[in-house]
Amino acid sequence: MREMIISELSQAVQDLARGFAHYLPRLIVMLVIALAGWLIAYVIQVVLRSILRLVKFDRLAENAGASQLLSKAALPSATEVLSRFAFWLAWLGFLLLGVSVLGILGLQEQTARFFLFLPRLFAAVLILFFGLLAAGFFARAALLAAVNANVPSPRLLSLAVRSIIVVFVLSVVFEELGLAEQTMVVAFGIAFGALMLGLAIAFGIGGRDLARRFLEEKFVRVKKDQDEDELSPL
Amino acid sequence: MEDGNFLTDDFLRQLIDVGEADILVGLPTHNNAKSAGAIVRTIRDGILRSFPRERAVIINADGGSRDGTRELITELSISDAHPASSLHALRTLHAISTQYANTPHSGVALRTILSAAELLRAKACIMISPDSENISPEWISSLIRPVYYDSFDLVSPTYRRHKFDGLLTTNLLYPMVRALYGVRIREAYMPEFGFSGRLGSHFLGQNQWSNGADENGTELRLTLAAVTGKFRICQTFLGTKDPVERRGADLVPALRQSVGVLFSALEPDFDVWSTMSGSQDVPTTGDDVELLLDPLRINRKRLREMFVSGVAELESVFQSILAPSTLAELKGIAGLGEEKFRYSAELWVKTVYEFAAAYRKSVINRDHIIQALAPLFRGRVFTFVVENRNGSAKDVANNIEGLCLEFERLKPYLLEMWKSKE
Repeated sequence: MREMIISELSQAVQDLARGFAHYLPRLIVMLVIALAGWLIAYVIQVVLRSILRLVKFDRLAENAGASQLLSKAALPSATEVLSRFAFWLAWLGFLLLGVSVLGILGLQEQTARFFLFLPRLFAAVLILFFGLLAAGFFARAALLAAVNANVPSPRLLSLAVRSIIVVFVLSVVFEELGLAEQTMVVAFGIAFGALMLGLAIAFGIGGRDLARRFLEEKFVRVKKDQDEDELSPL
Repeated sequence: MEDGNFLTDDFLRQLIDVGEADILVGLPTHNNAKSAGAIVRTIRDGILRSFPRERAVIINADGGSRDGTRELITELSISDAHPASSLHALRTLHAISTQYANTPHSGVALRTILSAAELLRAKACIMISPDSENISPEWISSLIRPVYYDSFDLVSPTYRRHKFDGLLTTNLLYPMVRALYGVRIREAYMPEFGFSGRLGSHFLGQNQWSNGADENGTELRLTLAAVTGKFRICQTFLGTKDPVERRGADLVPALRQSVGVLFSALEPDFDVWSTMSGSQDVPTTGDDVELLLDPLRINRKRLREMFVSGVAELESVFQSILAPSTLAELKGIAGLGEEKFRYSAELWVKTVYEFAAAYRKSVINRDHIIQALAPLFRGRVFTFVVENRNGSAKDVANNIEGLCLEFERLKPYLLEMWKSKE
């Protein structure tokens, strides 16, 4: 009896040792991949950070309004966020590659799905960035036009333009990522509709004077001329 | 030499019929049927009185008129001179017209006329604004003579204007061009001007036409090209200039056409203006400045209000453009009452120079930078109007001279910002 137990135990230890010996090279390969991946990811981070600083990406992000969002969320600069994002993305990719070397069936499938997801993630980040850039540009254009036309509440108008574009961009981003597509479509519809209704009511109530002035300027010539300067800039 | 490929076949045929010309008068139009007839008759009278022996041609470049402007101009042939006139041409006087586009672009119109001048080998050319309804035959002579007889390459006009007319010219364009380029040209953005075939060909050959130079404001580019190319420039007094009725809302397009063009020229012209110091007078026939003092309706309250609201609403935009100290000063004066409000010459010059540097660095969209200047300019106009409300013509001229000297004094400040990386 005692000999049988010792024999079974030694068999189990041998199996464990054999199994460990079998996995050890793969484990080492995984660790090497992870280490090399960390190095490569670090190099990517440094190179990307330098390129982004060279092209003054922070200023671009500031113009797009992305910097304000980041600072509100207590995050570092856009250059830093993007370079760190690239680092983690690259290292995560290498880590998953290393894990797949271990030959664990479930993990291999997850790894493949992750790599298939990467292009969509990249596209979503691009859409988000250029969307925020466009929102910043058009919001500023609306602000300047409203200030120079002496329209009341120019910042409100600018905010409305920015909000409409940001809501639209976010809905496209979520759709690209495949996250809660149906929910996002419905949420976008509700948010956009609510915004438009709000604006319509706001302009309807608050913009009566503006509408009257517009119509007067359009059709009542005498009134307009009395208010106008005779200055010619050039 | 410009190949003239963009000219229509019909226009080229008309130019071939003309052959060569000594004098060319360019008239860009767009729906100017009301004034074009009188202007062309005046041009014709001016040519017949002063240059009866020269081969002359009037060229109309039209931007898609729908009111019969083109037909009206081409019908004014030499044979239908009004019976009372005792003037007769000894040479042919052609009046030809072309439609360069369906929408007006002063740059394309100028390019069309410059190309025609080059093809016709015109010696002296002038451009006349279709808005100049009070033009007289003497204007034609005054603009052509310095080029035709005295070998000048550019004749810039001076006018008798109201002291508060053309404030963008007197408060920004004239002083800045003078300080940076070292020449005292009163009207760098010229409604009417004369130029030599040599300058016209030089400007055509600069090949700026594909990168936005076919937009409005090309007249200012021509002035700057004459200065940087060391062409001979003079001024000639034409007389009273009727202010074109413009609404306050027209300020932004005016800024784009003038200040935008000037700012965009600073980068390619850096080698010229960065080494220039002081400024020189240009030869002038007649007065270089004559100011009228009649009462003028100006809504000062609105000017100040638009400045104050602009400073408040556009603070985030100004943070990208202006130095913190300048922005703080602007916010300070925006908080002052109407009596104490004063946008000083020094602060105005610093503002303009910081805008120019920001434009060069494209800190935000360049058109947005130009638009952001509009409310600040209104603040400066308010101060200028208040300072010169009861001023004589001499007082106003001194005020403008003081501003010009301030632009010259602070030129190193612009250079410092221009060279800084951020």
